[in-house]
Amino acid sequence: MTTIDHGTVGYTGPQVRYRTCPFTGRRIERSAELLIRANAVAAVVFLAVGGFFGLMVALTRWPAVQLLPAEWFYLVLTGHGANVLLFWIIFFEIAVLYFASAVILGSRLATPRFAWLAFVLMIAGAVMANYAVLKGDSTVMFTSYPPMMAEHWFYLSLIVFAVGALIGVFVFFGTLVVAKDEQTYDGSVPLVTFGAITAAIIAVFTLAAGAIILIPTWLWSLGFISSIDTLMYKLVWWGMGHSSQQINVAAHISIWYAIAAMVVGAKPLSEKVSRFAFLMYILFLQLASAHHMLAEPGMSSSWKIINTSYMMYLAVMASMIHGLTVPGAIEAAQRRNGFTRGMFEWLTKAPWGNPAFSGMFMSLVMFGFIGGITGVILGTEQLNVLMHNTIYVPGHFHGTVVAGTTLAFMAMTYIVVPLIFQRDIIWPKLAKLQPYLFGIGAGGISLFMMGAGTLGVPRRHWDISLTDAAIPYEFAPGAYLMMGLNGMAAILAATGGLLFVVLIVASVLAGPKLDGPGAKLAFPLHDGGAQAVSEYGSEPHFKLPGTIMLVSIFFFTFVLYYFVNWKYLSDLWLFN
Amino acid sequence: MSINPPSNRLWWKEPIHGIELAWIIIAFLWGVFMFFFMIAWHFIGDQNLSTETYRVNPDKFVEQVEEFANEYQVLDASGAPMDIAGTLLVRPPVGGDVYILGRLWEWWPALELKKDQSYRFHLSSADWQHGFSLQPVNINISVHPGYEHILTLTPTQTGDFGIVCNEFCGIGHHTMTGIIRVVE
Repeated sequence: MTTIDHGTVGYTGPQVRYRTCPFTGRRIERSAELLIRANAVAAVVFLAVGGFFGLMVALTRWPAVQLLPAEWFYLVLTGHGANVLLFWIIFFEIAVLYFASAVILGSRLATPRFAWLAFVLMIAGAVMANYAVLKGDSTVMFTSYPPMMAEHWFYLSLIVFAVGALIGVFVFFGTLVVAKDEQTYDGSVPLVTFGAITAAIIAVFTLAAGAIILIPTWLWSLGFISSIDTLMYKLVWWGMGHSSQQINVAAHISIWYAIAAMVVGAKPLSEKVSRFAFLMYILFLQLASAHHMLAEPGMSSSWKIINTSYMMYLAVMASMIHGLTVPGAIEAAQRRNGFTRGMFEWLTKAPWGNPAFSGMFMSLVMFGFIGGITGVILGTEQLNVLMHNTIYVPGHFHGTVVAGTTLAFMAMTYIVVPLIFQRDIIWPKLAKLQPYLFGIGAGGISLFMMGAGTLGVPRRHWDISLTDAAIPYEFAPGAYLMMGLNGMAAILAATGGLLFVVLIVASVLAGPKLDGPGAKLAFPLHDGGAQAVSEYGSEPHFKLPGTIMLVSIFFFTFVLYYFVNWKYLSDLWLFN
Repeated sequence: MSINPPSNRLWWKEPIHGIELAWIIIAFLWGVFMFFFMIAWHFIGDQNLSTETYRVNPDKFVEQVEEFANEYQVLDASGAPMDIAGTLLVRPPVGGDVYILGRLWEWWPALELKKDQSYRFHLSSADWQHGFSLQPVNINISVHPGYEHILTLTPTQTGDFGIVCNEFCGIGHHTMTGIIRVVE
């Protein structure tokens, strides 16, 4: 048996039970394990609900199909945003926070009862929000801009969810204190935990911004406040809405480092550089609310320039650093593993059959090339007017949140299920395929929506043929083509998403048990991978010709696309 | 068992590798360039969105727009007001003030402008937030009730240009359109 009771270590509270993981040697505490399981399961459930809504949205926006009637379309679109952008992502992030603290540091989880309270509040909020949306009188879109008003249950449900999430974040901070106090590790926390701390700090800012705007809006919906200023709402709401995506960035970059460590044994190139990049996120990523204010009245240009650029692009610089150090760490490790021929043998001989690795690497590439570059373009003060509120915007954030974050979280799940649920992945052949289906679909969604957006197609719009409008307008034929291709890519992504949910649910319920002696993983970890993820320490010597080539291509693409957009802008009507 | 001790406790004292340092410098300089390019465009570019904004009472704004439309509406030979698809057509004086009202669910009125002449646009909403999206030019500006946004626009092409709404404004959102006609 591998379940070993170590009893209490320097702790006099209720009995704390640990087991030792047979694959990683990690010490895993029972309540941490149960809470990670609960949050991960809830995450997958809301991914299934929200993903289904997403498919309905894409099939309605495919002009030749136009599946749902208008009322249902706007309702389902509201539900899609809440379920995937908020519930799937934040439940999974809470699981990641518990993993990065309790499991990686080998500590017990602080105040498991509060962690359960957090979980219950989040479930209550998420269920209540779905109820409010499906009832039909809260079709206000995920952003709920006033003066359009939802039913008060809608705002209350988001507040309850946010309070729960905030408690979860503080359980994470408490666990860090416990681990330090009980000396379960020595020196500084590992890089992955450091990244999780970054995510948690941003989460506190985010959830506070959400409370500051949602509580008055809730009181307004109850009639206690007469009006909500529309500009102020937008500014503060996006302090939650955009910053919550920065939690994702910090979390999924931590996951990139973790998977690279566990699957190919990668160490950070240098601890100092990677941690410095995370620090830049803490300092500057919160300014992103400005990205939603560039086409609004009432903001000065200097305010826009400072904020939209995250203070001279220091947070963009941080992402570019991770864009070098993550593939660089993989290349250095693979060369150490013996794949030294040519520029790219380290990459071609990488474990592409392991869904954790393939998902992680596609997430890295697509987050950089699709989500990252387009984010900078959209966030440039003058260029924003070309694309503001067109479907280019959903194109951009499906590149970050779906192809980036969601794919990384899926990849991580292929490691979490065997290690934390102690069940192996059922049907490995299908699992190998899953990240490619979902990744290619998600990449397609992003690119085709951006293509349609450059042709002016509006976001959140039921009928671009404008059939019922008094004054007709005909979009270019290319726009219809792009929306059709978007629908097809959505079917591909939904197939990959469904496969993911089925694989994970089946594995958790009926996967081969891994708690017996001599059990083997379908997708093995790298020897010493577990050690790498919890170790500090930089690669001493390395050569990275492949990574240098990759980042050179990235930089060239970035610069080229940046100037192409300025060229488009200069052809616009004159603003003087 | 506990976690492995760090291989180098003083990780912050390690030297930075040359590759990483070079990339950091490139990324930093590119960021500085992009930052100053936004500022530079205010001097070298012709597409800088005006920030001139006033608080306005939505009802008052609707009155202003109606006054403007009455004054400059286009009359046909028989003296009857002309329209485009049922929307009153207005021909404001060159270089003058132009009002566009976003409301559930139309952009009102229809405008006839002259190419290469500048106009002072007044944009606001009578009710909810709307998204002014001029097509196929692709100029996209948010419109808030209670805020009057004033910007100068000079059309550089002739033809009929559609205005669609790209901010969700309720169940008729996808029927909200308008038109700007630009003539020589």
